[in-house]
Amino acid sequence: MDIFIAIVQILDSTIRLSVPLLLACLAGLYSERAGVFDIGLEGKMLVGAFAGAAAASVFHSAFLGLGMAILISVAFALIHGFASITHRGNQIVSGVAINFIAAGSTIMLGQHWFQQGGRTPALAPGERFEAITWPGVDAVRGVPIIGPIYSELISGHSILVYIAFLMVPFTWWVLFRTRFGLRLRAVGENPAAVDTAGISVAWLRYRALICTGILTGVAGAYLSMVQNGGFVKDMTAGKGYIALAALIFAKWKPVNAMFACLLFGFLDALSIRLQGTPLPLIGKVPVQFMQALPYVLTVILLAGFIGKAIPPRAGGVPYVKER
Amino acid sequence: MSTPYAKLPAWADYGLIPVINLFVAFVVAGFVVLLVGENPFRAAVILVEGAFGRGTGIAFTLFYATTFIFSGLSVAVAAHCGLFNIGGEGQGYIAGLGIGVVCLAFDSVLPWWLTFPLAIIASAAMGALWALIPAYLQARRGSHIVITTIMFNFIAASVMVYALVGFLKPAISMAPQTRTFLDGAQLPKLNWVIELFGAKIRSAPLNISFLLALVMAYLVWLLIWRTKLGYEMRTYGHSPKAARYAGISETRIVIVAMMISGALAGMMALNPTMGDQHNVALDFVSGAGFVGIAVALMGRLHPVGIVLAAILFGMLYQGGAELAFEMPAISRDMIVIIQGLVILFAGALEHMFRPYIQALFASISPKTVGIEAVKGKGA
Amino acid sequence: MAQAAIELIGINKSFGAVRANRDINLEIVRGTIHGIVGENGAGKSTLMSILYGFYQADSGEIRVGGQPASIKTPNDAIALGIGMVHQHFMLVDNFSVLENVILGAESDALLKKSIAKARSELERLEREYGLEVDPDAIIEELPVGLQQRVEILKALYRGAEILILDEPTGVLTPAEADHLFRILKQLKEQGKTVVLITHKLREIMAITDTVSVMRQGTMVATRETKKTTVEELAELMVGRRVLLRVEKGEAEAGGVKLAVKNLTVKDTRGVTMVDDVSFDLRAGEIVGIAGVAGNGQSELLEAISGIRHAVSGSVMLDGKPIDLTGKADPGELRDRGLAHVPEDRHHVGLVLAFEENENSILGYHDDPRYLKGPLLDIDAIRNDAKDKITKYDIRPADCRLKTANFSGGNQQKIVLAREMEQDPGVLIVGQPTRGVDVGAIEFIHKRLIAMRDQGKAVLVVSVELDEIRSLSDRILVMFAGRIVGERGPEASEGELGLLMAGVEQREAAE
Repeated sequence: MDIFIAIVQILDSTIRLSVPLLLACLAGLYSERAGVFDIGLEGKMLVGAFAGAAAASVFHSAFLGLGMAILISVAFALIHGFASITHRGNQIVSGVAINFIAAGSTIMLGQHWFQQGGRTPALAPGERFEAITWPGVDAVRGVPIIGPIYSELISGHSILVYIAFLMVPFTWWVLFRTRFGLRLRAVGENPAAVDTAGISVAWLRYRALICTGILTGVAGAYLSMVQNGGFVKDMTAGKGYIALAALIFAKWKPVNAMFACLLFGFLDALSIRLQGTPLPLIGKVPVQFMQALPYVLTVILLAGFIGKAIPPRAGGVPYVKER
Repeated sequence: MSTPYAKLPAWADYGLIPVINLFVAFVVAGFVVLLVGENPFRAAVILVEGAFGRGTGIAFTLFYATTFIFSGLSVAVAAHCGLFNIGGEGQGYIAGLGIGVVCLAFDSVLPWWLTFPLAIIASAAMGALWALIPAYLQARRGSHIVITTIMFNFIAASVMVYALVGFLKPAISMAPQTRTFLDGAQLPKLNWVIELFGAKIRSAPLNISFLLALVMAYLVWLLIWRTKLGYEMRTYGHSPKAARYAGISETRIVIVAMMISGALAGMMALNPTMGDQHNVALDFVSGAGFVGIAVALMGRLHPVGIVLAAILFGMLYQGGAELAFEMPAISRDMIVIIQGLVILFAGALEHMFRPYIQALFASISPKTVGIEAVKGKGA
Repeated sequence: MAQAAIELIGINKSFGAVRANRDINLEIVRGTIHGIVGENGAGKSTLMSILYGFYQADSGEIRVGGQPASIKTPNDAIALGIGMVHQHFMLVDNFSVLENVILGAESDALLKKSIAKARSELERLEREYGLEVDPDAIIEELPVGLQQRVEILKALYRGAEILILDEPTGVLTPAEADHLFRILKQLKEQGKTVVLITHKLREIMAITDTVSVMRQGTMVATRETKKTTVEELAELMVGRRVLLRVEKGEAEAGGVKLAVKNLTVKDTRGVTMVDDVSFDLRAGEIVGIAGVAGNGQSELLEAISGIRHAVSGSVMLDGKPIDLTGKADPGELRDRGLAHVPEDRHHVGLVLAFEENENSILGYHDDPRYLKGPLLDIDAIRNDAKDKITKYDIRPADCRLKTANFSGGNQQKIVLAREMEQDPGVLIVGQPTRGVDVGAIEFIHKRLIAMRDQGKAVLVVSVELDEIRSLSDRILVMFAGRIVGERGPEASEGELGLLMAGVEQREAAE
């Protein structure tokens, strides 16, 4: 039974750890499916985390915090759009710039406003998103198997966790069942086809980037207002890049993205859990190996050794009307 | 080439446009300074004085510049071959492993001038190795080099933590870093050069690897513009089709260029480890690999420009430290913002002002813009 | 008088210094098939792109159904009932037929209704016009002919009354083309107007009611198809360009330098571009390959010069085979005396960002003459470049100038100087004078003839018929990847034009 409890606990932290990845990964999915590479997920998450925690602590409202996180994150997404769509700049370079500006400005402004070394004040109960306890948790807690699964795994997460997982079918639905999704996928594959169909390529891509900004904003808010009770400098710690890796791993598909993020979250949870504990048969697995595994898997996937990840065909290329 | 823009005179292309882009980046940074309630002009004065006002400041500026010259050259070499090596951070970090092993093995038996060359070779080899795999995967398996080099940055970070905790740190120590190197692996300081000019230096980590950086800048210039290999790299970088026509092997040129780029990135690890801290510690690269992107863009991929841009960023680092000291509202992270802005305006938005400048030039003297000549395309 | 579906009045359009359309006037009668013919670069596609709102005319007026129309975007054109089938299909390859058809014409924010509507609409169109295609098939899995049908369906779904087709048969097999023509005739019977852009005269004669001829950006004539002949159209298309004939003596052909046997080349999509081509090239002669662009000449050149993979056949250079796997080392071929002036000097033959002297060694940068150990011998390279500048009268005479700053003619001279001065045994030249001013043309022609007189074997591919006739000792005509005829230099323009249009071949086959 101890092992069962341990498994439930690992799965529970898997969920918690994969949520920011999942939100960022779906965020990247919108922009990359529209043909705009985005390595600035990291930076947008970071500004989202900062803006969310800062606004929540100033206005004493978690929802205002979330709104601000989304707003600022979208603003950064629009900068990326301005550089890479309007001015046809290099999308990678623009993403790198956004990550830098985000890293520096969050600490600068945080220090200026709150004077806590770049942190925001610890969030009070009403200022962060609390865990939601589902009905009947106490009643079933004692039931074997189902009890712990229901009370630990399913119940007891914040609203943002449920939103993140609901975003998976929602994104799938948007992408494959709506006009916007059809056009978005088309513009990432063949912008000329979209242009000749009388649809503005630039405006479509901007809208995709706004979706990206909204989701990275939520991802950031989750980090600073759920996982942690406030903003800490560099709190994204490379999650934006793991999300990017997960996106490739998921071959740019929403449901795959969920599984990829759960896998990467699981590896993370496992490495925390296993620190120093030897595994049967394998022996002691270095924690760094577990940490590097998502990246190694992505490289192997990219090299075409396990399936082939085919990115959207127009990805990374600014659209220029051909002569 | 595919650039849709008409030619400007070289001085405008290599001088005026970067300066305008830089200026705009600083104007925006000035607004950030205003936002935190400080006077941007005073901040600028403090920044420059802090960097160049006193001998110690100059020495620190050049110390920071040293690392950036290496990382800027690394980005530039790859860029001349049409490749975006965003993995300098990881290549530099992993090179610390080579340096650590060499220094720990030889610092007690060899003098510094024998350890140094060994460490150079080790760092370059490790950096090159770390670039080799992404290069191979790009050339032969078509994986995107930007993504693989990013992944390799993270893998390098894990490997280094593992190495530092696992076998590089002394068994009794808790800190994830090697023991302090003995004299046999400490690089001599160069502060006396600045003192020759009459300045006083208290203590600054400027060391001989600065000279190595200058030598590498020269060698990179030689490589790119004076060797057959550099010629082939530039050909491939400008037009893979022309390279194919000229009989240049794509696989070979991509791999060689990336390995040279990786070697240069690896060598940037020499300065902070053997030159300053005298150990290999966790996260000692601290973003210098990414700064190389800004430096290379600013320096227009030319070694001379890169050395100047590296000194500019060195100035930002040193002057930024002074600024943080003088103006409490401004932390050292201001530099990070400025870096980001420079990358944004000098890189992603590099063409934003170009049409206006061209229109300006065309209105002054149409001939210099060369519109007449470029039309050769159609006709 | 039948009503005009479209009137174009005084249309002008320039791209930089290039005037793609000058003062175009055109009237297209409702319910007819109107052909527009002209050589590549005559301005046909530009004109139609203006009509479709993809480009804006610099000046001029468009009237649709007698009403002045402002067409600023493809949307405007679609709203006016104009549909276009582009030469390069505007399809999303990994979408289904249905998704492609509704893209941009969805009825509401959700797809369900649009898809249901499109499905029944496609069934109707299939019944009415015989345009059958599986609505759920994925585009990239369909053959090219069906992909094109999807493009037509896209236009019809949007309610197009006027359908423009840009070079529709370029990618089709003859059988597919015939099927397309049947569909177009059916569309016409239903009262639609069809504009057919092509350079193939056979198609014009086969299905159009009216034909307009464009040449060098101008509209030179409009004829009723019944009252004109292929010969007249060919002449109108090619025009009577004044070309200074370069004096040349009789060729003294020697031994075979280059032997091409049963060469077949396919492009990346698997379409056969060069189809079982065989010919010999002898020392001391110039062989010209004539043909309308896109009939396999480019691929033939690339295969011979070792850049492109050939599916089958062989090429012997001085009796020894050339590696045709597409992995040949062009450097090795240069050593064996094969020099190649590629068609695309901007992306292949030159690196425009390089200084002139750097381009003058492209491909020969391995030559010890230009090297000092691992270093380039800059002095030797620049002196060598200066010599060539003098010898070939390249202007401005500045070997340090960026290549992009030279005019087209001088850029071409840089390439020619580089390749000719290596003293190759075989020189193959693609489009020797494309984008080159008249003065340079004469110079280049003289040089090529001088090469021949020195006993070199020269292969020239050009879409300029005059150039081919003026230079060649033997003329091979390529059509649809095959060599459809060999003629002497005395062959008339009309005769060659018919061959180029594939007319004789068809007649012979039928």
